Amino acid sequence: MKLFEIILLISLIVCAVCVAVVRDLLASIVIFMSYSLIMCVIWVFLQSPDLAITEAAVGAGVTSILFFVTLRKIRAIHEEDEDEQSQG
Amino acid sequence: MSRVRDNYENSRARKLKRWYDGDVDLLQEITEIKAPPAEQEQVPEAWRIQQSEAQASQNLMWPQGMSEETVWEGRQKPTEEQIYRNLEASGLWSFEKLYRVMAVILCAAIIAVLLWTVTALPMFGEAGNPANNEVPQRYIESGVQETGAVNFVTGMILDYRAFDTFGESCVLFIASCCVLVLLRVDIAVKGRNGENLGEDDTVFEPRNDVVLQTAAKILVPMILVFGIYIVLNGHLSPGGGFSGGAVLGSGLILYLNAFGFKKTHRFFTEKVYRRMTLCALTFYCLAKSYSFFTGANHLESGIPLGTPGAILSSGLILPLNICVGLVVACTMYAFFTLFRKGGM
Repeated sequence: MKLFEIILLISLIVCAVCVAVVRDLLASIVIFMSYSLIMCVIWVFLQSPDLAITEAAVGAGVTSILFFVTLRKIRAIHEEDEDEQSQG
Repeated sequence: MSRVRDNYENSRARKLKRWYDGDVDLLQEITEIKAPPAEQEQVPEAWRIQQSEAQASQNLMWPQGMSEETVWEGRQKPTEEQIYRNLEASGLWSFEKLYRVMAVILCAAIIAVLLWTVTALPMFGEAGNPANNEVPQRYIESGVQETGAVNFVTGMILDYRAFDTFGESCVLFIASCCVLVLLRVDIAVKGRNGENLGEDDTVFEPRNDVVLQTAAKILVPMILVFGIYIVLNGHLSPGGGFSGGAVLGSGLILYLNAFGFKKTHRFFTEKVYRRMTLCALTFYCLAKSYSFFTGANHLESGIPLGTPGAILSSGLILPLNICVGLVVACTMYAFFTLFRKGGM
């Protein structure tokens, strides 16, 4: 279990660096999501399951969705579906 | 061109109107490159000529008849090379280099200070930590008797420290109000009667994505039931209003994405959101604002605490949890709808 925790912490740091380094905004949001998921598992190991639930719902879920929607609103993501529909 | 008209063109009122219409930038006159003082005898003449031409052609781009040609008239325009040489001479280039080096050094220094501070912190979970004083001891020993909540994290947040939580939820409420003000779809765009004149996401819905819809059909009921469970069991098991509300909100967002606005509008409109949030916040406020009058001291609510471990126990904590859960779920869902084109 100690080894598992070390792996989690290392991947947490890797994710945190990658979010800042990756140029693609969409990819960096997905990495941020995985960061939140790892953090959620770490909260369970730290014996605070209530924080884990909140982290999974807010950090991995709602925040990332809001980021996605914002990117779409400022047209940083191409809306392929809508382009096809408007053409057809 | 009459004299009256001439005066009006140069007057402050005309300038203000042009600035209001967006034709001209008032700061342009300040930031404009002025001709050197040696050529000042020539420039006013050139100005006058240019001004009359501008009035004749109704050219509004350059205020007071100034244009690039008149500014550099009688003088050689500097080439790009000269400009760069001037920059080099003024030390801007070396400043740029110094700036980057200093940024790296500053960053490294801050990281070093922070890491050094972390080494001075006490070890995690040690018995002699300053956090282990008589306050958590009291919470752990007599929390269940005094609040009736088995999960004494919730007992602490919504009973002992309900006044603090009230302040926190006020901060959250103000933040969500700011987001609502910033992201509200303008009446001009949406139309006064609610019909959409601009772009709208609802046109493309439902998307009829089979994978998304099938996954949503299976997942959404489970997510919603789990969220309700977390909210209602806030005083018995880990969780509470905020986490349960977040789970509920994300379930609603998934449902909206899969099946579109037409389905969610059957039970959740802006009116419902407004009423629900208002009722929940008012109840919370009424239930906990007595702390203002008792000097933030604990006061008996009069509701029997019940047997610890039962669903209907621990007095005010259960209704407060439901209120917080409702507000959080509605706010999450409303944020998502506000970020989309077309609004709620």
